[in-house]
Amino acid sequence: MSENIDQMLDLSEKDQERLAQTGLEVDLKNRSGSFFQVDQEIKQVASLEKGIEVLAISEALKKYDWLEEYSWKLVPKDKDQYTRYVAEQPEQNGFVVIARRGSRSVYPLQACLFLARGNVQHVHNIVIAEEGAELHIISGCASASYTKTGSHLGVTEFYIGKDARVTSTMIHNWGEEISVFPRSASVVEENGVFLSNYVCMQPVRKIQMSPVAHLKGKNSVARFSSIVVSTPGSAMDLGSVAHLSAEGASAELLTRAITTGGSIVSRGMIEGQVRSTRGHIECKGLILKDGVIHAIPEIKGDVVDTELSHEAAVGKIARDEIEYLMSRGLSEDEATATIIRGFLDVKIAGLPDVLQKQIDAAIDAAEKSGF
Amino acid sequence: MLDIEDLHVKIGDREVLHDINLHIGEGETHVLMGPNGSGKTTLLRTIMGFAGLEVTRGTIRFKGKDITRLPIHERAQLGMGMQFQRPPTIAGLKLGKLLQVTSGGNSEAVSDTATFLHMDAFLERAINQGFSGGEIKRSEVLQLMIQKPDFVMLDEPESGVDLENISLIGNAIAKLLDKDVHIVNRRKSGLVITHTGYILDYLDADFGHVMCDGVFRCHGNPREILKVIKTSGYKECLACQKI
Repeated sequence: MSENIDQMLDLSEKDQERLAQTGLEVDLKNRSGSFFQVDQEIKQVASLEKGIEVLAISEALKKYDWLEEYSWKLVPKDKDQYTRYVAEQPEQNGFVVIARRGSRSVYPLQACLFLARGNVQHVHNIVIAEEGAELHIISGCASASYTKTGSHLGVTEFYIGKDARVTSTMIHNWGEEISVFPRSASVVEENGVFLSNYVCMQPVRKIQMSPVAHLKGKNSVARFSSIVVSTPGSAMDLGSVAHLSAEGASAELLTRAITTGGSIVSRGMIEGQVRSTRGHIECKGLILKDGVIHAIPEIKGDVVDTELSHEAAVGKIARDEIEYLMSRGLSEDEATATIIRGFLDVKIAGLPDVLQKQIDAAIDAAEKSGF
Repeated sequence: MLDIEDLHVKIGDREVLHDINLHIGEGETHVLMGPNGSGKTTLLRTIMGFAGLEVTRGTIRFKGKDITRLPIHERAQLGMGMQFQRPPTIAGLKLGKLLQVTSGGNSEAVSDTATFLHMDAFLERAINQGFSGGEIKRSEVLQLMIQKPDFVMLDEPESGVDLENISLIGNAIAKLLDKDVHIVNRRKSGLVITHTGYILDYLDADFGHVMCDGVFRCHGNPREILKVIKTSGYKECLACQKI
């Protein structure tokens, strides 16, 4: 069944559907580039728009000597056992994306990491947006419908140059026995903007990540948004960290978390290291069925004139909200679903419509299968 | 349309409504007056079927059907609607999205009605989030105009509304209650709580009721009752032994 997958269209209809749920276009329509890796095999690397280059990392490191300067610089090889595992592999897999100076991608670039045979998939990715470049990436990570166990280890390093703008939207669709350990970090230069969005509405055994953003340039911006549902048996430990180390830098960490029986630890950390910096953490959690939502927002100010705040709320849907909608004619279940949909309806400023639609579609799919 | 007989309602251990009898015919608009805390809102909430209110005795019949134990949405589906005085804020849920559901996907009706109530800009906002007093009222009336109930309960529709908006809301409510339809053909009925009576300039109410401490103290011509309350306050109603 998984023997001859050379392109996404070779996957079974069911698995194509699973990929579509992660926002990937199997026929590459409306995409500026594509990268497709099944387990450890790179199946497709396509650059479809001028100024944006997509390469397999092994090829890229051969082609560009200077790339060494970007490899394992933001994520240390010895950060933890997972990064060590990825670094020790004789053959590096994963992708490199280079958005050349001033290039503007109309369409997002898609990266698909597909786990077919139950074992360990490891990737090391590097994303470079040169000065003034605008790049939108959607990474869909999924496992085959028949893949029950396995792990995915992904290291990604983002370099957002001066005046560059990068959005990274990651939609996960794993299996119930799959463990996922993404390790990513970014550096944002002057006036650069980095938006990182994470959506996981489907079961997973374990996912643990805490991407770090280093806001090194004046007026640089980072915004992390996570929308997650934890089903029974799923354990999610999600966080994001922002270091505000240049004047005018700002960060926002936003989470909407729902548990229907699984556990979610939602961490957030913003450190204001210099003056004239701002940061805000917002975490809202809904416990629909007995499960755990543990919000741990942290803010640390090192100097005068750094403004940091956080708000976290965990609870259930208020009875009066349900009854309010029932008085408009909605049944209790419809009212509940409508309120949950609203709860998850986060509009991410600056995200292209096509990607917002993918996020909305992932939520719709979860809504249809019932929360 | 609505028949309430011998209704007794408890909140927790305390009886808050005693022996309520009310008959509202098709096409009639009734006004409910009474001091703060007298049980007016509780009566509306009981008719709508909200949790926390226990009917210990009596029946509520709507269009001939006993609805005393019916869940809220079934009452709404039968043709009942309510404007809330202090509706909850629902974070993230856009007003437009809710109206899309309640209108059965009739975007044209939603958009036309929103324009009529100057609410176009609010369709993309979370329900009641950061709405001013007047905006909440307009949002409530908009939701009801889409819902098109046969029996409308209004809880102080004019409170907190500026003069300019009161005519907008008043005219919209008049429409809701079929006031533009000849009395012979009028089908919609209403029960309106008011303190000031300003709303009566837009609706010709047929009957008035005064509630004090959970019991009806007076029934009669709404304007006459209002006149007495305005000059002598509710103590006159308490002293009056009309019923």
